[in-house]
Amino acid sequence: MIENKKYTQKFNFAFIDEATKKEIRRKLLKAVAIPGYQVPYSSPEMPVSRGWGTGGLHVTLAVIGREDIFKIIDQGSDASVNACNLREFVQRMTNCKTTFDTKEATLIQTRHRITEEELTENQLFIFQVPQPEPLRGVERYEYKTRQMHGEADYAKMWVSLYESFVRYGDIMLGAGYPVKVNDRYIMAPSPIPRWDIPNLSHSKALFLFGAGREKRLYAVPPHTKVEPLEFEDLKFNIEGFQGSSCYKTGYKKAFLDELYFDDGSKHHVINDSNFLDKLSEKGRPTQHSNKYLNQLGS
Amino acid sequence: MNILEINDLSKLFQLYILNNKRIEGLKNIHFTVKEGEIVGLTGKSGSGKSSLMKCIYRTYLASSGEILYSSGAGVIDLVRADDHAIIALRKNEITYCSQFLSVIPRVPAVDVVCERLFRVEKDKDQARQKAREMLEDLGLPVELWDAFPVTFSGGEQQRINVARAIISRPRLLLIDEPTASLDPRTKDIVIRMILELKKHGTSVLCISHDEYTLERLVDRRLHLQHGEIVETALA
Amino acid sequence: MSGKNDNWLLRVRNLTKIYGEPDENTLNLTGPEYHSNICPATESIVACADINFDLYPGEVLGIVGESGSGKSTVVKLLHFDMEATGGSAWLRPYANGHSNILGESGQKKRTIRNHLMGMVYQNPRDGLNFKFSSGGNIAEKLIMAGNFHVGNIRNRASSLLEKTEVPVRRMDDQPSSFSGGMQQRVQIAKAIANNPPLLFLDEVTTGLDVSVQAKVLDLIRELQQDLGIAMIVVSHDLSVIRMLTDRTIVMKNGRIVESGLTDQILQDPQHAYSQLLVSSLL
Repeated sequence: MIENKKYTQKFNFAFIDEATKKEIRRKLLKAVAIPGYQVPYSSPEMPVSRGWGTGGLHVTLAVIGREDIFKIIDQGSDASVNACNLREFVQRMTNCKTTFDTKEATLIQTRHRITEEELTENQLFIFQVPQPEPLRGVERYEYKTRQMHGEADYAKMWVSLYESFVRYGDIMLGAGYPVKVNDRYIMAPSPIPRWDIPNLSHSKALFLFGAGREKRLYAVPPHTKVEPLEFEDLKFNIEGFQGSSCYKTGYKKAFLDELYFDDGSKHHVINDSNFLDKLSEKGRPTQHSNKYLNQLGS
Repeated sequence: MNILEINDLSKLFQLYILNNKRIEGLKNIHFTVKEGEIVGLTGKSGSGKSSLMKCIYRTYLASSGEILYSSGAGVIDLVRADDHAIIALRKNEITYCSQFLSVIPRVPAVDVVCERLFRVEKDKDQARQKAREMLEDLGLPVELWDAFPVTFSGGEQQRINVARAIISRPRLLLIDEPTASLDPRTKDIVIRMILELKKHGTSVLCISHDEYTLERLVDRRLHLQHGEIVETALA
Repeated sequence: MSGKNDNWLLRVRNLTKIYGEPDENTLNLTGPEYHSNICPATESIVACADINFDLYPGEVLGIVGESGSGKSTVVKLLHFDMEATGGSAWLRPYANGHSNILGESGQKKRTIRNHLMGMVYQNPRDGLNFKFSSGGNIAEKLIMAGNFHVGNIRNRASSLLEKTEVPVRRMDDQPSSFSGGMQQRVQIAKAIANNPPLLFLDEVTTGLDVSVQAKVLDLIRELQQDLGIAMIVVSHDLSVIRMLTDRTIVMKNGRIVESGLTDQILQDPQHAYSQLLVSSLL
């Protein structure tokens, strides 16, 4: 019998009741078994509005354990309002240790970025996803997109990339570039920048994706092939930053934010706040390595 | 060897839209055509000459009897053969030239003439060249070669019609009034061309009213009256 | 002469499509003798039934009939736009003609459709995606067949547009800015993009102006002569049939009433209904 302690304590551990956690975990297992395939799930109501990270929260709260060390970032920053809000919520619901340190964390929830620092096989990486359906832009009907995924009929997606080339000379997607997982499903990687896309492939960590508003879960298991959609003569490339460097550390090979000082001058700074902190303190965090990054030179 | 052997052929038209009226087109038709022979069909209009030819070409479905044709691959009954076999024969071996040019619109005269040729040979330029030579032979003015035949005079259309049928050297040529609207000089040219075909082994069944043509062209005559063959004669 | 029988490209047997819930009498109570597609007992609609024919490579088959004859249904069933209620079809280039294509899985049907068939609809909106450019529409067909090189795709698209006499400089324009005749020609270019052995043409000139109709028909004829594609041409217009086809099937109330060589159907129609149709030629 599942003991529902809701009536004896104020909240169940991790807020969600055990039956719902079971359902979410089973769906996650299915998602891991079929990399890139979107699994519908119950998406229970949370004290956070839809569109504010409920999907990521669902996954986190379903899999978190008492010994986990939890980190959450929002566009690379641990200190943003929403990251702090959700961190406090999770901390109160689970009493887990929380941290800003990427290396220390065992469970990382993120909104729209992958950490610069390398992930290990001891870590779970959970994405908040606004629109899980990569084909939504070219096909508005759900029954049709399901059929397209089922039959691996992605021609419309490819044509939209071709059309972008025809109209603008290049594929203009900056964030959320569609990827093909395990040579089968096309997946929406959430609106992460192009910079992060190569780090999805053959990672040591398990990637889980939760879309609360759309009620879908999907996953990319470790060591799985994830490749961006590209034509034979129109290849994928990451942002170049044209040789700019972080004004604080002088580092060039990380994803940079633009900053404007009060005097109007433009500077860049590393987006991943923990990575920036570590570099500032002369630490040596190990970065992800991929072929695009290696081509950048130092 | 007989290229064509017709036994007991008859054609009955059943017109449902005219209150099921029945018209006897042909009855008891028996004759043969030897390979390399030119046979003339004569008779008043309405006697069944065109119907007979159309039955052989399968434009009309014969009501009974058989039409045995010796094709390159064996003997085939044209009455009972399936559509695909007929289409193949029409493409490769049997050509039908109707009395008037049935015009496919917006195709220039040269292309009309060599259409059959480049269905088989696939070399458009060579086919067009042959067509031009033939049109020159027939005395068609050069300006008309690339014009649409729909606007030509009867005689000009007839020349294109004949050229189209002759150019591909069929095994069996069914030709309806080849010299009808032509002047004497062109008549001679057409007759000469058909006799050329005969030299290359083509057998010809030819409908004509014109004594001049029949005298010079045919080996044998069949005279039709009211849908029946009433006499045969050597030319 | 029996060797000829085995050379077919497409073989269709007993193709049937019934809407509703038929019973064992439905087929016996509908058809040309009853002048009705609707079964009086069950109110199910027999769109087409017992359709049998063979199509040989390079042949053009016409299907003619009036509204409700089922002619468009036949072609839509063969192109997998609809599920058949019964019957089988075999396509020579697929599994050497040993596998019933109507019974294949959705994914296999999609492969057959992309590689072995082309379809041109009466309404360009059914065959083209108006959100993409005309070149993009052709690219869709090429990509579905496994071409992922943008340069090659563009070259092939422009050569197809040239072939169908659409100005190549409009390759990147959307079809919504084209005239009806040009939209049809883009559809034709898309349909022949993968050099399919079989092309379906469903009332492609109906509704077009006469001069435009003429151009499209001429184009189809030329393509047929050049590429030797086997075609099934559906039309209610006998003059289109006469111009394009070698053989014709006449349909009424979902059944075939007569089939034969086109010139024979037009000059010596045997069935009462065919005679009626032919005599109605303006």
